[in-house]
Amino acid sequence: MSSLSRGLPFAAFALLAGGFALAFYWAPEDADQGFSQKIFYLHVPIALTAYACFGWGAWKALRLLWTGERRYDLESYTAIHMGVIFGLLTLVTGSIWAKISWGEWWTWGERQLVLFLILFLFYSSYFMLRYSTESGPRRERNSAVYALFGVVLIPVSFLAVRIAGTILHPTIFTHEGADLPWQMLVSFLVCLAGMLSLAGTLYRVELTGKRIDASLRELRELLA
Amino acid sequence: MLEGLDLDVPRGGFVLVTGPNGSGKTTLLRLCAGLYAPTAGELEVEVERGAIGFLAHEPLVYRELTALENLDLYGRLYRLSERRERAGAMLERFGLWRARNERAGTFSRGMLQRLALCRTFLHDPDLLLLDEPFDGLDAEGAHLLHSELAERASVTALVATHDPEALAARSTARLALA
Amino acid sequence: MSAYAGDVAALARKDLLLEVRSRDTLPAMLLFVVSALTIFHFALPAGSSERAETGLLWIAIVFTALLGLTRAFAPEREEGVLDGLVLAPCDRSAIWLGKTIGMTAFLVLAEIVALPAFALFFHPLSWELVAAVALADIGIASIGTLLAAIAAASRARELLLPLLFLPLAIPVVIGGVGASIASNPGSFLGFLVLYDGVFAILSWASFEYVVTE
Repeated sequence: MSSLSRGLPFAAFALLAGGFALAFYWAPEDADQGFSQKIFYLHVPIALTAYACFGWGAWKALRLLWTGERRYDLESYTAIHMGVIFGLLTLVTGSIWAKISWGEWWTWGERQLVLFLILFLFYSSYFMLRYSTESGPRRERNSAVYALFGVVLIPVSFLAVRIAGTILHPTIFTHEGADLPWQMLVSFLVCLAGMLSLAGTLYRVELTGKRIDASLRELRELLA
Repeated sequence: MLEGLDLDVPRGGFVLVTGPNGSGKTTLLRLCAGLYAPTAGELEVEVERGAIGFLAHEPLVYRELTALENLDLYGRLYRLSERRERAGAMLERFGLWRARNERAGTFSRGMLQRLALCRTFLHDPDLLLLDEPFDGLDAEGAHLLHSELAERASVTALVATHDPEALAARSTARLALA
Repeated sequence: MSAYAGDVAALARKDLLLEVRSRDTLPAMLLFVVSALTIFHFALPAGSSERAETGLLWIAIVFTALLGLTRAFAPEREEGVLDGLVLAPCDRSAIWLGKTIGMTAFLVLAEIVALPAFALFFHPLSWELVAAVALADIGIASIGTLLAAIAAASRARELLLPLLFLPLAIPVVIGGVGASIASNPGSFLGFLVLYDGVFAILSWASFEYVVTE
């Protein structure tokens, strides 16, 4: 393991701990939302990390189709798995935020939440695809192509939900980062870096585990 | 499924592949055709896709199209000039001319096999991959197939068969799968 | 280039010819969409808005399309013909394009019945809705053909195709319904054009990988 990946768990821990400390003790409270706004430091980094995981998964999928090297399949799958976990957390934290802010567990006016619902459905279908196809080159290629569709769906859905908001479901709240005080921004960035490191750590752990699984299976087949 | 296989087929070679059911004859042919990718090892086929004639267990024709329409479609996809004429000639060679405007779905097993053979030979392939070519053929059909193969003496072929004696005279090598 | 166009034309013609002869898919789609619209009448309480009715039309279109897409590669499955097409020297994406053109034609034909039926049962149509339906057809057929090929490799293809398709269909519904009822349909129609362009190109380029190993 390279020194980078050995250091990653520690970096994740340090960044997350530091980030949350900054968020709770140093960054000023939001004028409108008060203390409940603090969940922003959790929710948005998780959301952005989910996007990053889906993007990474799509990149690995592209590499698979490009080069045909089969190891990319496991990497793509693991990245997307990470993305779905963080996506689920996005929905949960977003839901909590919605409940605290507006008293509803779910609202169609919250664009980020709606977008993640669509993506969550999409990537859940990705897993259905994997489970119901026999393992082999066919499954790898089909999964890779579907993963590419997913990453294209992200901006397309974003646009769709945005224009839907103008007529179908009025957007209640936007936090387009209008005037973000620099303390908030710094705390946010630290949390983001921490979350990405956490995702990276989990990714490596799961990938190693899956690789060992695959090797064990091969060994068992050879010995049988 | 196929393990430890080391095979080198020279140009013009005619290899008979024998073995019991499930030994991998079909898999081998599909690998050579490019329909399967090998999970380990190397596969090199020096013939391009358009020069391969592949006969599978299924006839690979549309039931709702006539014999002529099926061959016309394949002729188009294989970029053949004068494809109508060649399709007609092929059907005649395999005794299907009178049934040329009948839908493939009405054909008997033997006729379907003949139509599949028409499809296989239509574009004058350099490499033949035949999976049980005599399956379903009556005596006349088998005779027509022999004549066809005789006319294409210079072709390279890999033929999976239960009955190696039928083609023994033509074969240059045998491969027995376990 | 013209060889490619010739391949596509031959394949599309083949699909339409097969449908004319077997009459499997299109009659089922027609019956399905009219049944669905009838059910929707009963599902909507009296005094429902025109907007709700329009929304339901789009649901009918999406699920009718799904019905047709389940049969997209049925002729090729029957006699293993897909292998024959894949082995041919033509570009595999031509198979996708030919099939997509055929599927779009089926959708249009189904809507030639569905839209007047809707106008009869519910309320008259606007030209924006018709334009949106036409654009949606292209997008649906494009991704549907590709996804049908993906689902074909699985053990539960009839179950998998709807699951793969529906999340991708959400933007189409947003664009379609928006174009049908909004005061500025232009942006929704523009969005549908974008959707079609992006996903058609992606489907066209990736079809090769989905039918070969």
